[in-house]
Amino acid sequence: MEKEQIEQLRKLLPDSNFGDVMVVGGGISGIQASLDLATVGFKVYLVDSAPTIGGHMAQLDKTFPSNDCSMCIESPKFVECNRHPNIEILTYTEVDSVEGEPGDFKVTLLKKPRYVLEDKCTGCTVCVEYCPVVYPDKFNQEISKNKAIHIYFAQAIPLKPYIDESCLYLKEGKCTICQGVCQNDAIDLKQKPEKVVIKVGAVILAPGYEPFDPKLREEYRYGEFENVVTSMDYERLLCATGPYEGEILRASDKKHPHKIAWVHCVGSRQVLPGGNSYCSAVCCTYTQKQVILTKDHDAEAQCFIFHNDVRSYGKDFERFYQRAENLPGIHFIRSYITIVKEDPETKNVTIRYSTTNDGIKEEEFDIVVLSVGLTPPRNFESLAEKFGIELESHGFCEVNPFNPMETSRPGIFISGAFQGPIDIPESVFSASGAGSQVGELLNFRRGNLAKERIYPPEKDVSQEEPKVGVYVCHCGANIGRIVNVPSTVEYALTLPNVIHAEENLFICSTEAAAMLAKDIRERGLNRVIVAACTPRTHEPLFRDTLREAGINQYYYEMANIREHCSWVHSKEKEEATRKAQDIIRMAAARACHLEPLQEFDLPVDKRALVVGGGVAGMTCALSIANQGHEVYLVEKNTELGGIARKLHYTLEGLDVQAYLSDLIKKVYQHPLLHVYTNATITEASGYVGNFVTRVKSDRGLTEINHGATVIATGADVYKPTEYLYGEDDRVMTNLELEEQVARKDERVVSAESMVMIQCVGCRNEDRNYCSRICCSQSVKNALKLKELNPCMDIYILFRDMRTYGFKEDYYREAAGKDVRFIRYEPQDKPVVEAVKEGGKSILRVTVTDYVLGKKLELDADLIALAAAVVPAEDRKEVAGLFKVTLSPDEFFQEAHVKLRPVDFGAEGIFLCGLAHYPKLMPESISQAYGAAGRALTLLSHDTVTASGSVCEVDEDKCISCGACIMACTYGAIDFYETPRGRKARVNAVLCKGDGLCNTKCATGAISLKHYTDEELFSQILAAAANKETTQQSETEA
Amino acid sequence: MGSGSKVRPKILGFVCNWCCYGGADLCGVSRFQYPPYIRLIRVMCSARVDMAHVFLALSTGQDGVFIGGCHLNDCHYITNGNYDAFSMVSICNKILGHIGVNPDRLRLEWVSAGEGIRFANIMNEFGAQIAKLGPLGQSEGIDEQVLKFRLEAAAKLVPYIKLVQTERMSVPVRTEEEYHKFFTSEEFNRLFEETIAEKLAIGQIIALLQKGPLATPEISEALGLTPSEVSRFLISSSRQKFVRYDEGLKRYALA
Repeated sequence: MEKEQIEQLRKLLPDSNFGDVMVVGGGISGIQASLDLATVGFKVYLVDSAPTIGGHMAQLDKTFPSNDCSMCIESPKFVECNRHPNIEILTYTEVDSVEGEPGDFKVTLLKKPRYVLEDKCTGCTVCVEYCPVVYPDKFNQEISKNKAIHIYFAQAIPLKPYIDESCLYLKEGKCTICQGVCQNDAIDLKQKPEKVVIKVGAVILAPGYEPFDPKLREEYRYGEFENVVTSMDYERLLCATGPYEGEILRASDKKHPHKIAWVHCVGSRQVLPGGNSYCSAVCCTYTQKQVILTKDHDAEAQCFIFHNDVRSYGKDFERFYQRAENLPGIHFIRSYITIVKEDPETKNVTIRYSTTNDGIKEEEFDIVVLSVGLTPPRNFESLAEKFGIELESHGFCEVNPFNPMETSRPGIFISGAFQGPIDIPESVFSASGAGSQVGELLNFRRGNLAKERIYPPEKDVSQEEPKVGVYVCHCGANIGRIVNVPSTVEYALTLPNVIHAEENLFICSTEAAAMLAKDIRERGLNRVIVAACTPRTHEPLFRDTLREAGINQYYYEMANIREHCSWVHSKEKEEATRKAQDIIRMAAARACHLEPLQEFDLPVDKRALVVGGGVAGMTCALSIANQGHEVYLVEKNTELGGIARKLHYTLEGLDVQAYLSDLIKKVYQHPLLHVYTNATITEASGYVGNFVTRVKSDRGLTEINHGATVIATGADVYKPTEYLYGEDDRVMTNLELEEQVARKDERVVSAESMVMIQCVGCRNEDRNYCSRICCSQSVKNALKLKELNPCMDIYILFRDMRTYGFKEDYYREAAGKDVRFIRYEPQDKPVVEAVKEGGKSILRVTVTDYVLGKKLELDADLIALAAAVVPAEDRKEVAGLFKVTLSPDEFFQEAHVKLRPVDFGAEGIFLCGLAHYPKLMPESISQAYGAAGRALTLLSHDTVTASGSVCEVDEDKCISCGACIMACTYGAIDFYETPRGRKARVNAVLCKGDGLCNTKCATGAISLKHYTDEELFSQILAAAANKETTQQSETEA
Repeated sequence: MGSGSKVRPKILGFVCNWCCYGGADLCGVSRFQYPPYIRLIRVMCSARVDMAHVFLALSTGQDGVFIGGCHLNDCHYITNGNYDAFSMVSICNKILGHIGVNPDRLRLEWVSAGEGIRFANIMNEFGAQIAKLGPLGQSEGIDEQVLKFRLEAAAKLVPYIKLVQTERMSVPVRTEEEYHKFFTSEEFNRLFEETIAEKLAIGQIIALLQKGPLATPEISEALGLTPSEVSRFLISSSRQKFVRYDEGLKRYALA
């Protein structure tokens, strides 16, 4: 569609309801999709049926396995969405119908009445105060109460109240108190639902999930016994903004529970009416998180976890599991349970369980937490009908296994947990991936509707006296529970040049940001310090606030009193308070020396380099190329395909080789894709938007200039040294078996018995992680073998079967087909011997069966080992070349485990596939599209903004010794002739701001802006000032 | 907790944004606990930390200084600035030892953004070590004021040290082994004695004489040098016309 045509179309619609993409669902996945698409030049409508965006992530207290504060990491994204000129947020809005075809959809929306006029309401919440109706608060899982008119939660977008169905006026036509107290006439109780028609080119569905409702199965006694709660209820209890301000209290008597039980697999892995057959994939690890957090709240707590297999299959999950397990007072018990009774007096709950050692036991608990699973979103059937898409058997979305973002209806993509039960990082990269596919579809109209962000002109305050404002954040209770915030605010006011200080519950909320901007304007602040969390996540948000308020963003300074203080000194409240004050004093001293700096734009080379030509690399390269960018695909082997060359069929029964050859064909046929095989990278330099990489390949030596880099270098397979592997050719790895099954090798097909051993080479001291894919792989092979030879005896010796998500169904199918699953313990591993019996050579496997309680001897014709996925051999070289980091397990380390799963800390470099962590092919494909989507957020722009923090030379001091030039390997400094002789000068485009040259310069002529000696000295001196205060307080004491 | 008599050392940390600051953040996120002694200053690269910063910190009341960077060869920058931090700290430690400050008070560590637990472990260990050393001067058995005076004199010499470092103390190959080898070598010791040590002594003599003329034994006591060393430096600096012998006072004074 040409620009004029779009303009014409736009004029036909009222209120210019015309966009590129509609994202339905404003949870973390929908938010990520919206932000990516808005950034790459599309106009996005973000629609949510709730009164705010945020989804379930906003309800969580912390996120595993890093225990980041969930709201703290999600809410900056709310603010970003709200501020983005290309995103229009429509909350409290349902989709009514979707007509049309890719490129031209007509979506009819139904805006539910808020009864509050958003444009008039100031969010003062006087109405909430006066509202007489007290009603269970949905956000707090109905544990505490709220008013009929209320704001959904403190960081809600929009931060405006709405009236829910409990309102007296709406029910009975009585009471209009809110109308009476509203100064702005913002209440309209006569509001009616409103239909809105919006035209878009594509739709991303991100409706998320619904937690399982345990009332569906009576035996859980949820709603009957007061002290049986769901894990979602418990999340709110843990949370500082929860019903009891972060105190875990029982419903029955509001007392702290000390003995707590968690029940796994509630509503999951159950083929029962009301239950779900699949595994919900996140519950094992979130339970461990809740256990760890419970111990943080109450070090004496006794925690019992009744579990089936513990599925710690994700990155760093295994360590997280060990961390929970090793805490004192923690009991992981492998047992099914029955909730027996409630003590009528104490309201304690009794659970019956059984262990192999002690038999059946009953135990009483103060509170029982049901680790509920994930189910399809509410109204999934009508949702499918409206959007015209197919559902799979459990009610989640039916997707193409080779493209998990693609629905049955072209032009409609999905992301997040509607794909099936997945965790936050997968929801995030599937969002970026869906975004990338929308980009492929609508590339022709990219940028036509997009707007640039406009800031007010910057006020020059450099000549003014410093006027510092200090904002101390409680961060819910994260800071406030340890650091005495009010006294810290008082202290801040005693510091030189501080003219204003105040405290705030969440300084990252949109409301607080608006207040901050107002203070800058009205109080004339020209330096701002936020004492809260780490600048590594929140500095951009606050710098942006300064820009919006019309002062230079480099006048902002952050005092990290959370990560570096309250969280690490949680048992020393006084000392932590003193330290917080010291940190603020240092920040205030520094703030007075800050200078306004100008950022500048660097050109972006529109081409991309993808390192690694496996499925992930090829998928990513194709998606980028399909959006009009040249891509260089570099593969170290002679052929493309990577580890997928050794795969033949998937668990779902798809033909991998057919898919792979088609993919390779597409890669070679794409006019914008250049493939380099037999390639080694000899040198990599440059920076975001302007990388230079030298490649030696079949094509000879090539120098590639590119703006973005994707690392998709895959992983290797562990070569076992155990279980006679390499000594006896009847012992093979899963991959070797698959290869032989695929070509129907006679020895394999006609074998009478086969033993598969899980966890070979990982979940041990050398590799303290789970390889994620092997359980599914073994089940896959077992099913295939049963298909070829139903009489074959197959044994799978496992530690925990980790067939997470829908893969559980295949595990059940295998068990149903008489595949025998025998659990072993790591300290009592199976033993494999080659023995001769009756002249026949057999492999004898000895293993302890914990169910039968005895040693078994299994005679096997063949043994398959689930060999670990190990980090690629060349990982260290790749990491060194591209200046990116490896995780402790030596897979590549993403920028943030939850919210930046395919970005690196280093700008312009992205990550996907097995290089990140072991994963199944559909997951790799999803992540590859995600990396493409993220790469496009850079490549779709002509310029990238470079930091103003670069070096400059004071020519009066420069003695042209050249020390700085020698030190700077970026080549950012050179000499030039001046009337006063040769002087050094800095090319700001090339300067990366490390400041190394500063320490080489003997005369102090070169200095790194924003980290000048003056600024650093002021911090050092301010830190020293603590001597007196400490001594003073000591004498006072 | 928090009894008034408890030793509370003061430590100032300089940490690079990309690795160690991230490690400290992760340490917080993971709730690993460590003693509340340290205050952190964020720099973009550990190479930005100047000797002058270290001397200023120690002479204004810090009992210890910590510098945290990326692991060698993992520097975020292609300058591999953490090797320069390695050099700076090696020379700085030598100077500290030379002027009587326990070099253990300055510590350089590599902590990646993924090593929250490592950060906590280092903080616990370094915190305990500095607590044991006590306030500046205590473990050294030298008056705190004297040490501060010497640190200030060393700070004045930083421009000169930088020149020496660039011209004579750069290690050609950037590997940990080579750096370690050089900074523990005889050659480094010799270079240090020839260049920095002499200047340090002369610098301190000049600083001392600014307060008034002194005799050789007085200087030798104040600086902890032997009278013969002091005489050698005095002769050398008289030649350079920094100081002169006042016949009337029978003392050395500034020229």
